[in-house]
Amino acid sequence: MSRIITRRRFLIGATMTASALGLSGCDALVESDRTKSVLKIAEGFSMKTQRFLLGDDALAREFTEADLSPVFRANGTSMPDNPQYLDWMNRQFSTWKLAVGGLVERPMQLSLAELKALPARTQITRHDCVEGWSAIGKWTGVPLGALLKTAGLKPEARYIVFHCADEYEKTLDGTGWYYESVDLVDAFHPQTILAHTMNGRDLEVAHGAPLRLRVERQLGYKQAKYLTRIEAVADLGRLYGGSGGFWEDRGYEWYAGI
Amino acid sequence: MATIDAGAATGRTVIYRHSLLVRLSHWVNVLCMTVLLFSGLQIFNAHPALYWGQYGADNDPSFISMEAVEDGDKAKGVTHIGSLTFNTTGFLGVSGVDGEATARGFPDWLTIPSYQDLASGRRWHFFFAWLFVINGFIYLAYGLLSRHFRRDLLPAGNELTPAHIGHEIVNHARLRFPKGPEARHYNTLQKLTYVAVIFLLLPLMILTGLTMSPGFNAVAPWLLDVFGGRQSARTIHFLTAFSLVAFVVVHVAMVILSGVFNNLRSMITGWYAIEQEDKQ
Repeated sequence: MSRIITRRRFLIGATMTASALGLSGCDALVESDRTKSVLKIAEGFSMKTQRFLLGDDALAREFTEADLSPVFRANGTSMPDNPQYLDWMNRQFSTWKLAVGGLVERPMQLSLAELKALPARTQITRHDCVEGWSAIGKWTGVPLGALLKTAGLKPEARYIVFHCADEYEKTLDGTGWYYESVDLVDAFHPQTILAHTMNGRDLEVAHGAPLRLRVERQLGYKQAKYLTRIEAVADLGRLYGGSGGFWEDRGYEWYAGI
Repeated sequence: MATIDAGAATGRTVIYRHSLLVRLSHWVNVLCMTVLLFSGLQIFNAHPALYWGQYGADNDPSFISMEAVEDGDKAKGVTHIGSLTFNTTGFLGVSGVDGEATARGFPDWLTIPSYQDLASGRRWHFFFAWLFVINGFIYLAYGLLSRHFRRDLLPAGNELTPAHIGHEIVNHARLRFPKGPEARHYNTLQKLTYVAVIFLLLPLMILTGLTMSPGFNAVAPWLLDVFGGRQSARTIHFLTAFSLVAFVVVHVAMVILSGVFNNLRSMITGWYAIEQEDKQ
């Protein structure tokens, strides 16, 4: 999973030290809000261009069993430490449920057994961490689009938000919980699945048990692990840090296609 | 080509060598490539290891990597290339940040921003990548339409003979640069180098960069086959970047050795002075 091991807490300290010492001209430019807003233009450009070239349904490459990574690196949280999650884990996720809600006609609660009983898609795809490394894994899960059709999206729904069971950064206001979001183009893409099985076995805790998202045309940090709730929303501004994802709230692109 | 004869007495002729568009695109390129290199090293530092093939991560064999290893109570910077290991403390693997030895691939004076910040590095990289691509397309369109490529960069048949190229290499090595009519156009080594940079190295940077994009992979999966996988493309991207660094080093050296004022003036104002050939 692509949660980036930036030494973030260390960095905050280091950045403050650097500020105290007087930043070099370059870093002052890097940190100016105006510079950041100008550089952000490129993200919109990249997304519009990729969406134009991709169309809605162009598929990410699928590989064969022979291409599987011998060891699939686990990244970010590898063991959520909240009591609720540990309780689910100790009961082999038999009491865990996925909630589907927000702007839907028919909110749902699905157990792991119910999810596994639904028609599934299996795909061998490459996971690309924003840091630069890649790993190939085989994923089996429920197409998100099928689930959303069952729940029935309301017309004002624009994004699908994925809430997770891991608090990746401890904060007082709760903005450190991992979450992610995609728009409806990616939500209904045929390769966008909620994976419960990896390399033919139940998803391991380090890889996001019992359920993780796969959005194959984007980077690793979009592939949220430890899913608990899926919410259809009209806009992302009111959730957590307001940028549509844990890493997005910390400066990374919401559209992670490059 | 405009010519101002500065008079036979001085033995100098001033010609209009670089068009406005060539000059502008050259300097935009200087800016873009500088930012792309240093923000690229920031991105590299997030995972300072290179692989070959479709996948590659910590447990897979890498053929270039940098790391910090414990050496008593100190951190030692180590760079692996194939089966060779070099101690690169102070430069690669471990270098000083505010006077403190810190684990990082390339040192802080080679990255944008100087401190470890992948998100900012990516934003700088992609913004200037767009600028670089737009600038490149304008230059390519101009080069074709104005016949700049055919007139100035395409070597003539007689320039490509081994004797001619050998002669130029010897002259370059002796730092004897063309004078008189010969200096009105690029010499063959220049033409070949510029053609290689413009039509091989720079497109290779763009294509290997795009091959690392999971979105673009869905647009053009064939690029994965061309480069042998995303991790191979990442490695080629890195090696090509350093080929460009090598080009810039030689290019700047030649600019300095063959008349730094004249060369800079011609790339800023367009006007280039030619010394007459020595009369026997």
